[in-house]
Amino acid sequence: MTITSTTSTTVALDTVVEAGDGALVTVPSGGRLQIVDLHGNQAVDTLFYDAHDIDNRYSAFDTIREQRAVFLTTGSRLVSTRLDELAVITDDTCGRHDTVGGACSQESNVIRYGEFTRHQHACRQTFLRYGAKAGIGQRQLTHNVNFFMNVPVTSSGGLTFEDGLSAPGKYVEITASRDLFVLISNCPQVNNPCNGWDPTPIQLLGRW
Amino acid sequence: MTLDHTHEVPGGAAWSAPVRAGRTITLTALADGANATMLIIGADRLDRLNIPDTLKSQMSARIKPGMVLMSDRGLALATVTASTLDWHDCLTGALPDQLLLLELTKHGFGEPDLHACINFFSKVSVADDPRASLTYVTDHAHTGDTVTLRADQDLLIFLSTASHALSDGPSASVAVRLETPDHTPDPELREEAIRALRLTRELIA
Repeated sequence: MTITSTTSTTVALDTVVEAGDGALVTVPSGGRLQIVDLHGNQAVDTLFYDAHDIDNRYSAFDTIREQRAVFLTTGSRLVSTRLDELAVITDDTCGRHDTVGGACSQESNVIRYGEFTRHQHACRQTFLRYGAKAGIGQRQLTHNVNFFMNVPVTSSGGLTFEDGLSAPGKYVEITASRDLFVLISNCPQVNNPCNGWDPTPIQLLGRW
Repeated sequence: MTLDHTHEVPGGAAWSAPVRAGRTITLTALADGANATMLIIGADRLDRLNIPDTLKSQMSARIKPGMVLMSDRGLALATVTASTLDWHDCLTGALPDQLLLLELTKHGFGEPDLHACINFFSKVSVADDPRASLTYVTDHAHTGDTVTLRADQDLLIFLSTASHALSDGPSASVAVRLETPDHTPDPELREEAIRALRLTRELIA
């Protein structure tokens, strides 16, 4: 780990991301980013990239393997495809987060729910829109973290999307292990319970 | 006339091949504990196998017969038409693999294309505990176990026979057989998988 400034308490970022909107945040090494679920049960689809080399990016399934567990929580190391540590979850009042379920897209909505969802807004639209200024395009999109989202995986090999475990004011804190781009989509999905059927705003609080 | 193709990929090697729509790919474990890590890229050289979409559309945390392997853009890449095993790992990725990366590079791809993979023949069990802890299952695949995929559009497949990342055992050879049947019927599929297949046939296959 290369964390250098965890004692800093300067609030460098304090912003609300509206339901269905997104953000691209640059977090310096050692910086702490809190994501606050203001109204509860709001999935926050999040990707992490080394800010100096976006090919060194978050890898959901390498992260799962390295921690020998499916769910993310305090202590989870978020690693890249090169197995570099990008960030660590350093606080979590929700309890667990998903990184198997990926992000919604217009195309996957059609497959899951039907043709009527073709032109609904979706997370991967947000990723492409906000990622563009960091050079993050379709090839650079990968499988994300879904903070506050509840995707139970069972011993029999089943997987479902369930109502969230989160509640108003729950938050998760990520501490950057290197300079990062954090790409966020505040999920607009209305066809499953991942947002409690009602997408709501989140708050981003950065200290560095 | 298209000829069948057979190839034995030795343990600890990597291999890649184009597979035209309609062909079948059969992998056979040539030793106990074999592992075949696979990446798939679609006909347009951008649309890749998307494991999260594949799993959530079919309510499964494993790859098994009767599943369609879906792409980033909601199309069917391949259908798992048969397997002697009902669990192929897709939750634990693969260690950085220089040989697999070289296969990607041969086709003009690279690190940005390291999307999630399937570890055919491997099983990592999930515990019903608060974090869904994972344990590699040592006695899963045996010599002669097979899995067959039907290509639902033109594909590029990338295969590594490195040992599973959580296995202590030696790597093992895997046989590949590409065939061109007149018709491979759909297995029983969920409605989401049928939608993906229909869209693929309407748009590109």
